[in-house]
Amino acid sequence: MSSSENKQMGWAIALHGGAGDIPLSLPPERRQPREEALRHCLQIGVEALKAKLPPLDVVERVVRELENIPQFNAGKGSVLTSKGSVEMEASIMDGTTMNCGAVSGLTTVVNAISLARLVMEKTPHIYLAFDGAEEFARQQGVEIVDSSHFITAENIERLKHAKEANRVQIDYTQPVQNDTKKETTIANGDSQIGTVGCVAVDGNGNLAAATSTGGLVNKMVGRIGDTPVIGAGTYADARCAVSATGKGEAIIRGTVARDVAALIEFKGLTLEEAAACVVHERTPKGTVGLIAVSAKGEVAMPFNTTGMFRACATEDGYSEIAIWPAAKIE
Amino acid sequence: MGVWAIAVHGGAGVDPNLPPQRQEQAKQLLTRCLHLGISALRSNASALDVVELVVRELETDPLFNSGRGSALTDKGTVEMEASIMDGTKRRCGAVSGITTVKNPISLARLVMDKSPHSYLAFNGAEEFARQQGVDVVENEYFITPENVGMLKLAKEANTILFDYRIPTVGHDSCGVGVEKSLQMNGLPISVYAPETVGCVVVDKEGRCAAGTSTGGLMNKMSGRIGDSPLIGAGTYACGVCGVSCTGEGEAIIRGTLAREVAAVMEYKGLGLQGAVDFVIKHRLDDGKAGLIAVSNTGEVAYGFNCNAMFRGCATEEGFMEVGIWD
Repeated sequence: MSSSENKQMGWAIALHGGAGDIPLSLPPERRQPREEALRHCLQIGVEALKAKLPPLDVVERVVRELENIPQFNAGKGSVLTSKGSVEMEASIMDGTTMNCGAVSGLTTVVNAISLARLVMEKTPHIYLAFDGAEEFARQQGVEIVDSSHFITAENIERLKHAKEANRVQIDYTQPVQNDTKKETTIANGDSQIGTVGCVAVDGNGNLAAATSTGGLVNKMVGRIGDTPVIGAGTYADARCAVSATGKGEAIIRGTVARDVAALIEFKGLTLEEAAACVVHERTPKGTVGLIAVSAKGEVAMPFNTTGMFRACATEDGYSEIAIWPAAKIE
Repeated sequence: MGVWAIAVHGGAGVDPNLPPQRQEQAKQLLTRCLHLGISALRSNASALDVVELVVRELETDPLFNSGRGSALTDKGTVEMEASIMDGTKRRCGAVSGITTVKNPISLARLVMDKSPHSYLAFNGAEEFARQQGVDVVENEYFITPENVGMLKLAKEANTILFDYRIPTVGHDSCGVGVEKSLQMNGLPISVYAPETVGCVVVDKEGRCAAGTSTGGLMNKMSGRIGDSPLIGAGTYACGVCGVSCTGEGEAIIRGTLAREVAAVMEYKGLGLQGAVDFVIKHRLDDGKAGLIAVSNTGEVAYGFNCNAMFRGCATEEGFMEVGIWD
């Protein structure tokens, strides 16, 4: 990139609460708390950036907040496995150093994203899972609770519905194996949730990304999705930071987060072009959404699902909170 | 009709003092695996079937760090992981935290073929294995006396740090670490068990597939997952190539190494060897790793930036080689 194209525009932040088949008919009592949560988390992130916290701290802080909010599928409010339990996973990546950390199979750790960061900073490894991760959590003295803390009545209902339909779903969208896009027959006045994430860049072009989730409703115990897989659900380097959400299996095979960065790096696409290319041309419709920021301070939040709970803000004062695509003027 | 090609590896980062008879055993195993793959390819087996077949052979033989002969965790147990990918539709399957399944690569394939998911781990994976009726054994089956000795040395190395004047158990040489600073993943090369076995194949139809299997890093924390089961890091296959990596897992993960070969071919228009060289040169920083790759046009390539990689390849045109050193 020439130096004139390199102008850093200031800090930027984006966060998401999951992409999926969020029905346009979502009733206000379901929609508003989530919009409010997005607003609240965005504010936390913006204040942290204004206070000049490193992007790595910013994304961790925001994702912790999203994990604590029961309306999103991470931490408290995580969807349930086929056995009615919770198994949480997360990953975090520092674009400046390319260091990363990931965890899977957590059942008692209040903030998976923070444990992922500890794996990155306090072990020689990148990824710890299940019993080993839980043991590490105790060694590190992180906050742990009884597993019931994470389980909400909403998710017990969701599991029940999923079992009745005998499907594994991203919280009520079309079945994973099924290629046809028929509407789910499950009563679905409820909102779509599917993962949380945050990406941020500071005024010096330092980037970081973080993603956290409870996974798929009715997933097999032990199932790992894209969220803790570096390059799939999370990626950050010197050019961009990306967090993806949607159908884990599709994101894994598409190495979605890295693909955005690779297009920028090898084909010279802009952030917006790269993100749009990955979402609209390189992954099947109805499977993926992502948030991304570039070193220059640009933001992109494309998705090929019905909607994606998202929010972003940039230093020049722009901010946005949205669920569905912006209305187009044909 | 295209031409087939196959490559195998038994891990990157090899003790320069490895006794000659061990080197010979390694070459024989690699050769045997190539012949197994070649036979299957000549009988029109698919790339995916050949990958599974060959990796099973590598897992079963205790020589390399996968299946039986896996490196040990800090608790002295074995936790294996593997992944397999079918380039045709980029379907994939992976497992981690396997403790009783004889052939993790086959379990990974079952995850891909028989479950709605791509990746299962620990208890959930073991449970799935029982549901599928695969061969299971006690964890002890996978533990070799040699690795028990290595683990002890690795633990000592962690406390003694850079004193490499430790005789290597089980080796006939006097085993003094000549390469004082030669380390892989924080371990002296003499106690590092080159991580992973792998196989990549392109069949006559031009279909690519890749598979990787490992016991992981010697003395790893229980629960540690490396690059081998991570699609895009240790394993990748798509319409243009199949890749399997080995070496420092953490470096391979952050470099999304396997995926990079394909990305560079697709986005920069490089050929297979060019892509492999590019990735080894640019995506590893301080990390040490190696990889094997095939392309849909029947080419085969490898690259590594460490001192050695157990490897072999064969093409339909009759070329065949096995090697260890640079």
